[in-house]
Amino acid sequence: MSGTDLSSEAGFFTSRLEEAIGWARKYSIFQYPFVTACCGMEYMATACSHYDIDRFGAGLPRFSPRQADVLFVVGTISHKMAPVLKRIYDQMADPKWVVSFGVCTCTGGFYDNYATVMGIDTIIPVDVYIPGCPPRPEYVLDGLLKLQAKIAAQHETGRRPAPELRPEIAR
Amino acid sequence: MNAADLIQAVKDRFPQAVQASHSYRGDATVVLGRDSLLEVARTLKEDPAFQMNFLMDVTAVDFSSFGKKQSPAFFTSSGVSVSPSPQIPDQSPWPGPPGSSRFVVVYHLFSLPFKHRLRLEVPVEEDDAEIDSLSALWGAADWLEREVWDMFGIRFRGHQNLKRILMYDEFVGHPLRKDYAVNKRQPLIGPVN
Repeated sequence: MSGTDLSSEAGFFTSRLEEAIGWARKYSIFQYPFVTACCGMEYMATACSHYDIDRFGAGLPRFSPRQADVLFVVGTISHKMAPVLKRIYDQMADPKWVVSFGVCTCTGGFYDNYATVMGIDTIIPVDVYIPGCPPRPEYVLDGLLKLQAKIAAQHETGRRPAPELRPEIAR
Repeated sequence: MNAADLIQAVKDRFPQAVQASHSYRGDATVVLGRDSLLEVARTLKEDPAFQMNFLMDVTAVDFSSFGKKQSPAFFTSSGVSVSPSPQIPDQSPWPGPPGSSRFVVVYHLFSLPFKHRLRLEVPVEEDDAEIDSLSALWGAADWLEREVWDMFGIRFRGHQNLKRILMYDEFVGHPLRKDYAVNKRQPLIGPVN
């Protein structure tokens, strides 16, 4: 736990408490897999026993946005689907994070056409981008670890650690 | 029936309706006038000699830019042969678009008892893009015709529920028409980009 910022105004106990909360949160990720396309296969490969996403405390997908705290957007989002995605995001309770899984969700990918959203960050905020068409499970796990680092560094009082004390992804 | 026999049988039954025919790459194709489509289709479905009880697909072609644009450069450099090799003489080459109409509505029929298949092509003019619906004959035509309406803007006379099926109701235009810019986006939420 080297991320403690003892010089902040939050005080020693608050900082330790927030560290403990962040540590607990990052190992109890309940994802909502919003799977629309072929990236779903790679998501399933990552989630199943061979790569075993449960090693990182993210083993239980919840198929209700009200029970989930990480939205995995897996696959191409069309303009017809965009309001649904926004609504799912709005239904999730805070604190919540969004992972953009695959190049189509990140940027639209090669679908430069009338139907496809050019990146879901035009609709909802995104915390971690995992590019690839589809991303290999190692990419996904790397993205998950970066998300965990970001979650652990999040402080609910609004006082975040100094930038040099945060993990790179959360600076 | 093989392709040639099938075309001949349709021609014998409807000498006025069949405007042209070919069997490019072995696929029997007849070009019909718009007014005779319903009658020909009903005969093909219900006549014991044809029994085309399976409507596999309904689609359309927009020929408005056909022959006016260069083919993409990667076709010429990739080594992929677009036309048949000159060593293999093409017995029945593709005769080109049927007529000068902008649109052609294409029906792919299959007979489950006889295992023969037939393609119907019906030219449709741009300023009167309307054709009889076949949804009373084949239930499959319902959604397929809605897709053609959605993508090409061809109306189907007699269709009970002709509304968009792939795009949303707020969408303006018909995206597979050649004069619709391929990346013109109409987002429901979020910015236009």
